[in-house]
Amino acid sequence: MSIKAENLTYIYSEGTALEQYALKNVNFEIPDGQFVGLIGHTGSGKSTLIQHLNGLIKPTKGTVYYDDVDIHSEGYNLRELRSRVGLVFQYPEHQLFEVDVFSDVCYGPKNLGLSREEAGECAREALELVGLDKRYWEQSPFELSGGQKRRAAIAGVLAMNPKVLILDEPTAGLDPKGRDEILDEISQLHKERGMSIILVSHSMEDIARYADRLMVMNHGEKVFDGSPKEIFEHYKELETMGLAAPQVTYIIHGLRDHGVPVDSGITTVEEARDAILELLGGGRHD
Amino acid sequence: MGIIKASKLIFDYIRRDEEENIEEINRAIDNLSVDIEKGSFVAILGHNGSGKSTFAKHINGILAPTEGTVWVADMNTADEESIWEIRKKAGMVFQNPDNQIIGNVVEEDVGFGPENIGVPTEDIWRRVDESLAAVGMTAYRYKSPNKLSGGQKQRVAIAGVMAMRPECIILDEPTAMLDPNGRKEVIKTVRELNRREGITVLLITHYMEEVIHADRVIVMDDGKLVMDGTPREVFSKVDKLKSYRLDVPQVTELAYELKQAGVDIPDGILSNDELMKSLLPFFEKKFPEQITI
Amino acid sequence: MIRDITLGQYYPVDSVLHRMDPRTKLFGTMIFIISLFLANSVVTYIIATLFLASAIRISKVPFKFMVRGLKAILFLLLISVSFNLFLTDGQVLIKLGFLKITREGIRVSCFMGLRLIYLVVGSSIMTLTTTPNALTDGLEKSLGFLKTVKVPVHEISMMMSIALRFIPILVEETDKIMKAQMARGADFESGNLIQKAKSMVPLLVPLFISAFRRATDLAMAMEARCYRGGEGRTKMKPLRYHKQDYRAYAVYGIYLAAIIGVRM
Repeated sequence: MSIKAENLTYIYSEGTALEQYALKNVNFEIPDGQFVGLIGHTGSGKSTLIQHLNGLIKPTKGTVYYDDVDIHSEGYNLRELRSRVGLVFQYPEHQLFEVDVFSDVCYGPKNLGLSREEAGECAREALELVGLDKRYWEQSPFELSGGQKRRAAIAGVLAMNPKVLILDEPTAGLDPKGRDEILDEISQLHKERGMSIILVSHSMEDIARYADRLMVMNHGEKVFDGSPKEIFEHYKELETMGLAAPQVTYIIHGLRDHGVPVDSGITTVEEARDAILELLGGGRHD
Repeated sequence: MGIIKASKLIFDYIRRDEEENIEEINRAIDNLSVDIEKGSFVAILGHNGSGKSTFAKHINGILAPTEGTVWVADMNTADEESIWEIRKKAGMVFQNPDNQIIGNVVEEDVGFGPENIGVPTEDIWRRVDESLAAVGMTAYRYKSPNKLSGGQKQRVAIAGVMAMRPECIILDEPTAMLDPNGRKEVIKTVRELNRREGITVLLITHYMEEVIHADRVIVMDDGKLVMDGTPREVFSKVDKLKSYRLDVPQVTELAYELKQAGVDIPDGILSNDELMKSLLPFFEKKFPEQITI
Repeated sequence: MIRDITLGQYYPVDSVLHRMDPRTKLFGTMIFIISLFLANSVVTYIIATLFLASAIRISKVPFKFMVRGLKAILFLLLISVSFNLFLTDGQVLIKLGFLKITREGIRVSCFMGLRLIYLVVGSSIMTLTTTPNALTDGLEKSLGFLKTVKVPVHEISMMMSIALRFIPILVEETDKIMKAQMARGADFESGNLIQKAKSMVPLLVPLFISAFRRATDLAMAMEARCYRGGEGRTKMKPLRYHKQDYRAYAVYGIYLAAIIGVRM
């Protein structure tokens, strides 16, 4: 069970004056159960990339393999693939359309040819996974609050029972608490269900907290691929790409510049706190 | 009295059924009294649904109070006659950059407001030139708004408001739909307008890093004003902020946690430099040979 | 396919045509359309071609860009050309079953095809060289006399201008919603007509909701910027005729006279 991209290249308006590389020779393999963060400034190719992974866009050159099978080979069932590789677009609540939340979540499984009962079963499970309270299930999706709508929409993809879940900025526009709640639920899907997650995010803090692996896109190319700790050490190079490291990284490097022997791979508040306290002798200084 | 003043403001969203019977009343603003000083940069924080946007819509008369009063430059916003004067004085920038640009060319959009209030043609051009320069968008004046980035679109929207020569600008989550670079771009523009042109700024947001430079931070929850003070004062109460579904910048959180663990550093640290300055003396004591300050 | 429609798109370069008063261009387009219906011979079409070609040249809009707009009417073009080709009576050249190609048929269908192409290219020159705002200003002013009979000319032109601004945004949005529903297993292509119509619901409902949300937002933003109808409004770019406009009117006169002259 893996997704593999081989020499993936995508060119917009090929053969015209407006020709532009959206992706340039991108290679990677995501094994089962990994939590991958995908970052890059707007227009770096990350949105184009994720749409390749469930076959919504066909590469100009190169191949996408799911379980070692080329997804654009003759007779390959793309619809089946899209249920295995779930893609949650940005502002997914803009795609809600049914009269009530429950029917909306059933839309995906029904498209897969499941019976009403089976689809309902999938929907129930998905709604529980995203933690949307039962009393909202029969309501019109348009009457929910922003955060609830977002959950309902994510459930709509989860109901298809994907093995891989790709989310394009799932927290955009939510308030801090709403942001944390959604991310915690995604992290649970990863931990408890063993789902692979690909999280596109502008928040380095979130990536540092949740991802095992980080891929950085710039001008259609994959420029970094590794653990967040390794990559955030290159924060100066990230800045030249219009990106940054978590704020904590800057504090840690600032301390190191003054000679404090603190580990340079620290990327979260908890790690920084523990490291500093340890250096200061676990210290009650007051 | 400040440029914007709300006194005992109450606003109810009333939902009615088909026969106009009241079905549900939602109190969006609950007895809010606030006074905004002219020329200041004030940030309003609050989670989604805390009533902060509803308040913003009262300031330029898009919504009228259920009870209480809002004054802008000594004019009552409930007074029908002064509504256009108020809207000239208090310009508004909204969240979605696409849904507030009317013109098909950047400069034409900036000219839209002055056209509406009957400014003579030559003056409109002067205002458009000045406003575009003030937000640094002169180079894009002939472009279609559709070709701009989110941050640039918001700067055009700000220019459109500036062309009305307002005394204050209310920005209702102007950065919620932008990427980090777009966010920085917009906040920088707004800060400059505040500093250079003396425009009063009311910034509504839930991005904490955007408010650390404000003169004053107001926190709203459930339609009420629950915190009010300088960023330092407000951010020193990390637990309280979290209870209002808000967050603090990582540096403030780290400083707060270190303090909780007994490290003796000041309250409400807002920047990396501040934290380092207060931490380094401890390290110096611990590792006297290594540390350079 | 919606992307291919160049009609209504503005191409920002600086040319005499771009600087011309929108009323001049509107009037010119009208003259050109009338001339196309007057044209009935090879010579008249040559004159029309020359007129159109020089307009394209002067506009500085790449020819390729204009032709792209034709893709959208290709279907219509094929139908009308083949109707005329096969169904015109006259001297039979080739017979294929009940279909016959006649000398007259070839002539009529060629003219028909040219006429359609020229119609589209001709009107797209106007929209490509005129910002939608200028265009609606031009319409508003040209049709200003209708105000006396209580036609809300300003409001209509404002609506048009806004519609033009939001078309590209909604096209993009359609594409996004379509992809998002496809990610949920939607199929917009296969099935019979009824199934296809049904499969559009998950696309159309979100699209309408979004359009309404945008409309509400925009109305609020316009009000916040003191918009209250055409009353008491000034113009940033008031319409004024310049030298080039008078020259253009002279050219129109000569052109129309030539077409009519040849026809007679």
